Amino acid sequence: MRKRIVTALVHNRSGVLNRVTGLFTKRQFNIESISVGYTEVEGISRMTFVVNVEDDGKIEQLLKQLHKQIDVLKVSDITDQGVVARELALIKVLSTGQTRSEINGIVEPFRAAIIDVARDSVTVQVTGETSKIEAIIDLLRPYGIKEIARTGITAFARGNGKSVTDLKQYSIVN
Amino acid sequence: MRAKVEAELASQTLTEHVNGADMLMKALKEEKVEILFGYPGGAVLPIYDALYKAPIKHVLARHEQGAIHAAEGYARVSGRPGVVIATSGPGATNLVTGIADAMMDSLPLVIFTGQVASGVIGTDAFQEADVVGITMPITKHNYQVRDIKDLPRIVKEAFHIASTGRPGPVLVDIPKDLTLQQAYPVHDVEMDLPGYQPNFYPNPLQIKKLVEAIKVSRQPVILAGAGVLHGKATEELKTFAEQYDIPVIHTLLGLGGFPADHPLFLGMAGMHGCYASNMALHECDLLINIGARFDDRLTGNLATFAPRAKVVHIDIDPAEIGKNVKTQIPIVADAKQALEKLLQHGEEKPDFDAWHHHLKSYKREYPFWYNQAHDVLSPQRLIEQVYEMTNGEAVVTTDVGQHQMWAAQYYSFKKPNNWVTSGGLGTMGFGFPAAIGAQLANPDSTVVAFVGDGGFQMTLQELVLLKELNLPVKVVLLNNGTLGMVRQWQETFFEKRYSQSVFNTQPDFVKLAESYGIKGYQVKTQEEVDSVLKEALTSDEPVLIDCWVNPKENVYPMVAPGKGLHEMLGVKP
Repeated sequence: MRKRIVTALVHNRSGVLNRVTGLFTKRQFNIESISVGYTEVEGISRMTFVVNVEDDGKIEQLLKQLHKQIDVLKVSDITDQGVVARELALIKVLSTGQTRSEINGIVEPFRAAIIDVARDSVTVQVTGETSKIEAIIDLLRPYGIKEIARTGITAFARGNGKSVTDLKQYSIVN
Repeated sequence: MRAKVEAELASQTLTEHVNGADMLMKALKEEKVEILFGYPGGAVLPIYDALYKAPIKHVLARHEQGAIHAAEGYARVSGRPGVVIATSGPGATNLVTGIADAMMDSLPLVIFTGQVASGVIGTDAFQEADVVGITMPITKHNYQVRDIKDLPRIVKEAFHIASTGRPGPVLVDIPKDLTLQQAYPVHDVEMDLPGYQPNFYPNPLQIKKLVEAIKVSRQPVILAGAGVLHGKATEELKTFAEQYDIPVIHTLLGLGGFPADHPLFLGMAGMHGCYASNMALHECDLLINIGARFDDRLTGNLATFAPRAKVVHIDIDPAEIGKNVKTQIPIVADAKQALEKLLQHGEEKPDFDAWHHHLKSYKREYPFWYNQAHDVLSPQRLIEQVYEMTNGEAVVTTDVGQHQMWAAQYYSFKKPNNWVTSGGLGTMGFGFPAAIGAQLANPDSTVVAFVGDGGFQMTLQELVLLKELNLPVKVVLLNNGTLGMVRQWQETFFEKRYSQSVFNTQPDFVKLAESYGIKGYQVKTQEEVDSVLKEALTSDEPVLIDCWVNPKENVYPMVAPGKGLHEMLGVKP
């Protein structure tokens, strides 16, 4: 199994998420995470999927099937490109007065933040690549994790990537 | 776009009473729709009211499934989108089989379903079903109209999407209240489809690669699928095959794309294809697939499929290329465009004589065969006789199962678009309503529906349409009292345990036909066949011929599941 990051620019129309996830189910693709949000162009959203595939044939088939969707404007497998990929996680950790400073000591080097404090717990917000998030979760686990919420990866190609403003450049074959 | 609509609305006065349903009729007229297949109901009452005043012919099927299969038959024969209307909830869900069938076999359909009023969507209202959700995986695209002003654009897009690129079904779900809203006709709407640009023209470099591959090939073969028919490329295919002197094989759905009486035609390949075609696929060194999708019934075991071949795949749908079979030369293009480009090359004719000679010996040595008996009707001979009497020029529709395979084997098509069968989905009940649509699309042709007694009983209520619309469809019922293909598999793979594949009670099909106002015949012996067929096939009335064929007959030759194309059973008597 290989992990691939795929991004798709889609029309922000009702049902488009259903359309895309339905396609994944129908073709038996295994989604690890999915995130959706607006782009700089009104009416166009970016979806970022992390999928596990067996081989190159399977990922090629996934890209082509996504291309075929009429509400999908552009699809790229950006795994092998220079990418900026980030995920956000909220982690609720058990904490007493004594352990709070210890937890602080973990949070700081990760450039994470404590965003909520309760009598018996703190909530840590961390942003970064998946490996960084895994690492802080590992370090916090001994204190007792009550809850985790993760957004899944959102990503795009680094630097000189094409802007989405010019719709004419999107074609299902390029 | 929206601004334009608003401007148009503002400039008009309320002299003309037009509602959303009238807008739909107008949009259909702009698409030059001549015939609708449908069934009314609560949520489409306003649409049917608008239809009452509109000059569009409507075929009132007796079940929505009948309507949509008829629309498929119409689309397959005419090459134009079949248009279907059904009401919300059960009306729409009754269409599901037909939509899935059209999706699998790439038939252009535009389907309009009523929906409960916008205000109650999501409340489990009477006759509410999430039709957009249900049909999402079985449509090329679907819409729910949210604002009546969008309707003209959506209709235009629906027809465009359904009939261009790789054709397919497009569904438009319209809430009832929108069809009642005051609205105004909108002219010259523009489509908004930046994400839909089918690639029509082949990459010249890939075409060149193919030409080079033919030059170094010694054993090439063309596999022609339905893409040749959809792309209206039959003439180009013939010229291409002749120019390069390459034998042609058809898929089930491709039949008719290349004349069956042409010396370069080998036959159909696949599970029940002919030995010569399957061996040609197995032995070829260059496989040129034009518009076929390498379906499992065609390839057999993929691990042993075309083991020596360099594979070329010409398809308008890039997702089909490389999906099942590894492809060395992919060409994303319309079949006609690709073939035209190929024809611009073609210098000297290559010499494939040894290969032709080899394949001809297979053809001579292993033709289709069947048992000849006198006391019982042979289904294969019956189809052969219909073929002879109609000169191979009838439009033929079938259901699914043994009779379908025999029709494919023994009815040799000389012309394109005369063959209507459910290939991908394998829908029993398809053949008879499809014949109604085929006859409506082609009123002057003889239309023969070969059906089995299983499938026919799923949609036979549409018999009434033959009388009502005076359609001279010839229903040839191959009645063996069993679900023949199921029975054959139980015999071969389940040690003759005929579980639920035998009908112990059957209707009297002749009386049934008569009760629908149609002439019915019954044939039980070989002696009767000639005279009955002659009378029935030359009649200008609809007829049903109940033919009691040998229930023990099996379809051969056969590639057993999991086997390769070179491992056929029953190649000889």
